[in-house]
Amino acid sequence: MKEFTPAPDSASIVSVTDRVKPVKLGMAVTSVHFLGPRAAFVGGEENVAFVDAKGEIATVAVHSGGILSTASDGKRLVMGGDDGKVVSLDAKGEVTLLATDPKRRWIDAVALHADGAFAWSAGKIATVKSGKNEEKSLEVPSTVGGLAFAPKGLRLAIAHYNGATLWFPNMEGSAEFLPWAGSHHGVTFSPDNKFLVTAMHEPALHGWRLADNRHMRMTGYPSRVRSMSWSAGGKGLATSGADTVIIWPFAGKDGPMGKEPAMLAPLQARVSVVACHPKNDILAAGYSDGTVLMVRLEDGAEILVRRNGTPPVAAIAWNAKGTLLAFADENGDGGLLEL
Amino acid sequence: MSEATAAKIPVTVLTGYLGAGKTTLLNRILSENHGKKYAVIVNEFGEIGIDNDLIIGADEEVFEMNNGCICCTVRGDLVRIMDGLMKRKGKFDAIIVETTGLADPAPVAQTFFVDEDVQKNARLDAVVTVADAKWLSDRLKDAPEAKNQIAFADVIVLNKTDLVNKGELAEVEARIRGINPYAKLHRTERCSVALADVLDRGAFDLDRILDIEPDFLEADDHDHDHDHHHHHDQDHHHHDHGHGLKHYHDEDMQSLSLKTDKPLDPNVFMPWLQNLVQVEGGKILRSKGILAFHDDDDRYVFQGVHMMLEGNHQRKWKQGEKRESRLVFIGRELPEEAIRKGFESCIVS
Repeated sequence: MKEFTPAPDSASIVSVTDRVKPVKLGMAVTSVHFLGPRAAFVGGEENVAFVDAKGEIATVAVHSGGILSTASDGKRLVMGGDDGKVVSLDAKGEVTLLATDPKRRWIDAVALHADGAFAWSAGKIATVKSGKNEEKSLEVPSTVGGLAFAPKGLRLAIAHYNGATLWFPNMEGSAEFLPWAGSHHGVTFSPDNKFLVTAMHEPALHGWRLADNRHMRMTGYPSRVRSMSWSAGGKGLATSGADTVIIWPFAGKDGPMGKEPAMLAPLQARVSVVACHPKNDILAAGYSDGTVLMVRLEDGAEILVRRNGTPPVAAIAWNAKGTLLAFADENGDGGLLEL
Repeated sequence: MSEATAAKIPVTVLTGYLGAGKTTLLNRILSENHGKKYAVIVNEFGEIGIDNDLIIGADEEVFEMNNGCICCTVRGDLVRIMDGLMKRKGKFDAIIVETTGLADPAPVAQTFFVDEDVQKNARLDAVVTVADAKWLSDRLKDAPEAKNQIAFADVIVLNKTDLVNKGELAEVEARIRGINPYAKLHRTERCSVALADVLDRGAFDLDRILDIEPDFLEADDHDHDHDHHHHHDQDHHHHDHGHGLKHYHDEDMQSLSLKTDKPLDPNVFMPWLQNLVQVEGGKILRSKGILAFHDDDDRYVFQGVHMMLEGNHQRKWKQGEKRESRLVFIGRELPEEAIRKGFESCIVS
């Protein structure tokens, strides 16, 4: 990645904007994930648009309404909709109905396990379906804000009001409540399975060290954190919500306790989405003014991928090898960059 | 209305005690031939059946904000629902939030001020309270929720007036006015109120904070199409309205209006107001004001819900316009003397 080094003493930022293959999706986009060689842009409602390396678009209908939640393992997408349905979409574009809420309630959150198990929530009830086992459900005290599977074992974290619940769906009575006042939305395990982090309704993250449930408060954001991404090897957690990318250090056994986060790539706009490169210490960040940057974690060196002057960037993702970057703004104007 | 305000989706909060007629009003709004699509957030499915509109079930979860202020509550379910609805922007023109009969309107209203993402896309238009002419007087005695809903309202639909006689109607209106003299009041049977009287009111729009005079005149002449601005040329105080209405002073819920034609010192007033809502915000349900500051040619307007305030310079004072500051508080057990004294200390002597 030698092109990543900015010219010394150069005031102007290195730009690769001319190497981006533009993509015009013509629909509101909320996230993007790679399924095999194609980027799958998830629409605000009804459709997912596949885009291949040539920029060809193929649209697939997945829901008959708003798409509220999405998870991907690189092989398939699992989505929840306001039509009360949980569906999956594979790399070939095949749609499978996985579950329907009996009352057609909104499917607020979904999660996908590496072994193929998946989970979804409607209201206060989280449900897990694993292989041929029957569905297992757990009701938490308030509406589920987010779901995440632990990297090891079949364990689900359920974020809700005043804390998170950890649950082994195959072990009766295993639900463990981790309290912390406030409303918890997004949730993620560190790749080493040692920490659980939630994004709160307040502009803050909250973390627990799972060995002893010690609390980690991560505050100082000007707005709510909506995007979190673990850097290669889980050394850091990159987050949106500020006018720089905030990266909390998780390399040591104490995580970010007593440490300052790294603050990279400052702009006069809020970071709206982040995606860490799967192999190298690089991340891509989208901003509220439409800018997309690639940032080297070591020294904060930046490369401009997309200029500002559009709606906020809503979706950004790397393919599994880290050779392709896909992004789109809220209106569905985006691009693909091959490295 | 500014352009940014106009682009946001208006949200009407529909409240009212059990059986007052909320569902009747809601069905009326939805079935009328207005060519608009609504997203309706309800607590009970089933009673509403309009295919054209999006109906969303809610759980009425009241969450405390993590900022140490106990009256700073939001509807957690509403934050989530608004998030989901914004993915379908363009599919509806307005949002109606129906609350249960026992709900406090404050967390609903506060959701639209506290949450940045909600605020970016939607604006609270008005709190509309449906009240039962026959039973409201009783409910005001035994149900604190009913009192809250009246105190909080921008628009009160006094329904089922056909079930009471003239004297009873005057009585219940006087009780309402004892709590909230500022809301627009409409007497109805079967909620037959013009939609323009309940929708698109701009009650929380700073640019439209004009009607902070009591509403007695409109309530009596029953003509809602006239220009309300005529109030500003008159000088009446809500305690001497002289319309033959009995005046009730509710024991624990009142309104307090303050007025001065002398300029205020912003450097004293602002900290005073901030401190007042910090200390007494639990008691103050709603506040509004139009202010004339010393050495300032712009009108300053503000409005608040409990501890939350928003304010801005609105426009230049017009030539010949009386530079008068007016404040209104509606709340429970308001420390009237302290507020009056505090306000007077803000006047430039």
